[in-house]
Amino acid sequence: MSGQTSFVQQAPNHPETSARFGDLHPPFDKQAAIPEANRCFFCFDAPCTGACPTHIDVPRFIKKIASGNLSGSARTILDANILGASCARACPVEVLCEGACVMHRFNKQPIQIARLQRFAMDSLHASGAPLPFAPGPDTGLSVALIGAGPASLACAAELRRRGIRAQLYDARPLPGGLNTYGVAEYKLPLVESLREIEMLSQLGVEFHFATMIDAEMLAGLEHEHDAVFLGIGLGGIHRLGIAGEQLPGVTNALDLIAGYKSGECTTVPARVAVVGAGNTAIDAAVAAVRLGATEVHIAYRRGPEQMSAFAFEYEHARLEGVKFVWHTQPTRILGGESVEGLELTRLAASADGQAGSEFCLAVDLVVLAIGQGTHSGLLSGKVQVERGRIVIDRATGQTSDPKYFAGGDCTNGGREVVDAVADGKRAGIGIAAWLGAALASA
Amino acid sequence: MRAFDAGWGGAVWKTIGEPITNVSSRYSSIDWEGRRMMGFNNIELISDRSIEINLQEMAEAKRRYPKHAVIASLMVESKRETWHDIVQRAEDAGADGLELNFGCPHGMSERGMGSAVGQVPEYCEQITAWVKQKARTPVIVKLTPNISDIRMPARAAKRGGADALSAINTINSITGIDLDTFQANPNVDGKSSHGGYCGPAVKPIALNMVQQVCADPASALPLSGIGGIANWQDAAEFILLGCGTVQVCTAVMHYGYRIVEDMQDGLLAWMAEKGFASIDDFRGRSIPNVVNWNQLNLNYQIVARIHEDLCIGCQLCYTACWDGAHQCIHLDHTSPAPDTTRTPAMVEAEAARRISTTPIPKLDAGGSGSSNARTPLERIPRVDEHHCVGCNLCSLVCPVEGCITMERIENGLAPQTWAERVAAGITPGGACEVVNTK
Ligand SMILES: Cc1cc2nc3c(=O)[nH]c(=O)nc-3n(C[C@H](O)[C@H](O)[C@H](O)COP(=O)(O)OP(=O)(O)OC[C@H]3O[C@@H](n4cnc5c(N)ncnc54)[C@H](O)[C@@H]3O)c2cc1C
Ligand SMILES: Cc1cc2nc3c(=O)[nH]c(=O)nc-3n(C[C@H](O)[C@H](O)[C@H](O)COP(=O)(O)O)c2cc1C
Ligand code: SF4
Ligand code: SF4
Ligand code: SF4
Repeated sequence: MSGQTSFVQQAPNHPETSARFGDLHPPFDKQAAIPEANRCFFCFDAPCTGACPTHIDVPRFIKKIASGNLSGSARTILDANILGASCARACPVEVLCEGACVMHRFNKQPIQIARLQRFAMDSLHASGAPLPFAPGPDTGLSVALIGAGPASLACAAELRRRGIRAQLYDARPLPGGLNTYGVAEYKLPLVESLREIEMLSQLGVEFHFATMIDAEMLAGLEHEHDAVFLGIGLGGIHRLGIAGEQLPGVTNALDLIAGYKSGECTTVPARVAVVGAGNTAIDAAVAAVRLGATEVHIAYRRGPEQMSAFAFEYEHARLEGVKFVWHTQPTRILGGESVEGLELTRLAASADGQAGSEFCLAVDLVVLAIGQGTHSGLLSGKVQVERGRIVIDRATGQTSDPKYFAGGDCTNGGREVVDAVADGKRAGIGIAAWLGAALASA
Repeated sequence: MRAFDAGWGGAVWKTIGEPITNVSSRYSSIDWEGRRMMGFNNIELISDRSIEINLQEMAEAKRRYPKHAVIASLMVESKRETWHDIVQRAEDAGADGLELNFGCPHGMSERGMGSAVGQVPEYCEQITAWVKQKARTPVIVKLTPNISDIRMPARAAKRGGADALSAINTINSITGIDLDTFQANPNVDGKSSHGGYCGPAVKPIALNMVQQVCADPASALPLSGIGGIANWQDAAEFILLGCGTVQVCTAVMHYGYRIVEDMQDGLLAWMAEKGFASIDDFRGRSIPNVVNWNQLNLNYQIVARIHEDLCIGCQLCYTACWDGAHQCIHLDHTSPAPDTTRTPAMVEAEAARRISTTPIPKLDAGGSGSSNARTPLERIPRVDEHHCVGCNLCSLVCPVEGCITMERIENGLAPQTWAERVAAGITPGGACEVVNTK
């Protein structure tokens, strides 16, 4: 399959889901965007740019909005970050660009960088203009990219701009990895992820979908191509290893989220318990609320201070009505035909009972969100892996095997879309440099 | 009359003369970074209603508001009888004073009126004298800024016997071109014409002209200040440079008569704070503080000082000093030693190479993202005081009030001006063959 098919047309269309997952951060209109753009100080060596993993020149794109040069603004964004539209919606900007904005120390109101970025990108999409970059002259070189998530896509864009063929292989039917299947719909709708990738594919990126690469195929690809990029993300969600986990009504956060985003699931039962307290757990819990659950609990083995979710995600979940049960560990999933309850053991004394005491939450659905595993099988001995992460040279993405490069969640332990894009971009440049050097010395 | 109800003390009536036809559109403006009408422009002429109607209304206003001053602004063709006639009629209608519009820069000037008069001191003097022959009420001459030296027409008006002056009228302008139609604004069926510029943008020009007139004994008369006045602070500045009254046009057109409330309230509060009982207590007080450049103390030395506790780290001072001043602000707080060789391009290149990632609490144990409450030391610029020339630029670009102050350096040198240097023979005075206006 090549990039000819419209990805956007393949997106599911569920008006009800769309309505339930309306924009968390609504777009700016022009009347709001321009004064906000004018508020930016145009800092030198801007801290927002420094904090952005892809180093988007934030003041530059913002001032172009102010001057009415919207196409130039979008080009500035895309030049640094080929998934600029997705990132504008998905990035945890509170800890990135907006967190670094000098305005925190001026009047406590950071520039709304993400919404401005979305404004510029939306204008580009609305204008119908093509991607403002062209593929480089053909070099005859070619690279296989495993996975079609943000890391591989960003890598592919750099390769194509340098005239190197980019062939992407993904197990899923559509591109984007977790950008398409994982990010909460009220931040980044699946169709918007696809729209952006559709545009990127104008560079002549070649996709092979529904193709799960195993060790043998990988060896073949290594042989056929001049280099291989690994952008395989993290693996499935860990299991708890407790009784009742095989019951119908036990699922994991990734399946639940991918399910509702791809339109396979449109409702959940009334009572839902989510186990874990990372960002993924929060996304699953909020999704359950939006999908119609009336009582959603998050059970976590430690307290709010140790929670790995961002503070603003925690706040968001509370506003959505999610309840938290701290210092508890699931010990059994109860039920006959399907799930009826979750047995929890208190790990610390509370007003309701002492440490070690047990209690039961009556639930119809248990969602596991206790961290993702890694894909060790595929790589068996090929490249160096430490604590489940592929080891790379951070500036170039090169692994212990010089022909293999890697980036994204599989190298950084699971961060954000923008980190995957930054990794992929560095690797794309790294691969081109390595191949160039190899050609020169040949 | 609504203006008087709102609290204005007097009004200068829209200029009256032989009726003309005004065009539509008439106005255009300059916006600045999202704020509307920083500068305003019009191609409107004098009143397009008949002299009779204008004067009837003036009489009515005077009848209802006898205590408020109504000044008739006049502009007619340059003939003695015509001027005598209009003066008579305006005064009969009850005008408390007359303002001679020698300033309108468009339309009327092409017919030998307005600024066509104001730009030729002889005409200015002549017409003022004609008016004075007839007038029983005070005569104010309104000056045009569209001239190289405002003192020339001011002196002429004084010679002609004017009782007072007002300045400034609007400044010749084209506010902009539409980038789609290539037509200028304001657009009259595809064409435009040079207009008169006013509003906040012109205040510095007006202040300068006010100062020039007030500081020149041959020009000085009671002066009504005009040009970009929008609030009490603006008004106070005009008065400090010698104005006895001020007039407002654009700001009222923008926000309505109601702005006078704070002009009054704010001015009175400021006067109370400074211990001024009346306008006369501070009128002209700043005139001696503006001198010719050659009277400035060349040995006065200041340098920029950055107050690190206030600095937010935007580095605007840094880029301004490098690209617009004297390359003496540096980003070397965290270098082992002061480093004046690192250029902005090097700073940017280093930043581009830096790898940053999203701080994830689980993965980045310990430092989960740095706090943004304090400016990192490496972002706080340092002024190399030995090379700072004390130009002020950095303190002007710094967004934070009081963050960069200009501090005096005691260099032990006695004050010395350029004039003194010339007198002492240290510096050549320079050949000066052109006629001195002083
Ligand atoms: C629930 C959830 C919510 C998230 N929300 C946000 C958010 O709001 N904002 C944000 O910035 N980030 C978010 N993230 C993180 C973000 O999605 C990831 O960091 C990012 O997608 C990583 O990109 P990647 O390219 O490294 O991997 P992935 O996006 O995981 O893509 C990897 C791709 O490789 C394919 N693949 C793997 N192995 C093989 C194989 N052997 N053969 C073929 N294909 C293979 C997979 O099918 C997948 O499509 C979220 C993550 C999750 C799980
Ligand atoms: C729309 C408009 C019409 C004006 N008409 C006259 C006029 O008829 N006679 C006159 O003396 N000045 C006229 N002026 C000039 C103003 O009286 C005033 O001198 C000038 O606008 C500067 O003041 P401001 O900055 O407060 O507007 C006009 C100005 C504007 C904006
Ligand atoms: S830090 Fe804030 S003010 Fe400065 S350039 Fe970035 S967005 Fe603008
Ligand atoms: S006062 Fe001028 S020369 Fe001195 S540091 Fe500031 S900008 Fe540079
Ligand atoms: S301009 Fe002011 S706030 Fe900005 S870096 Fe310089 S001193 Fe600090």
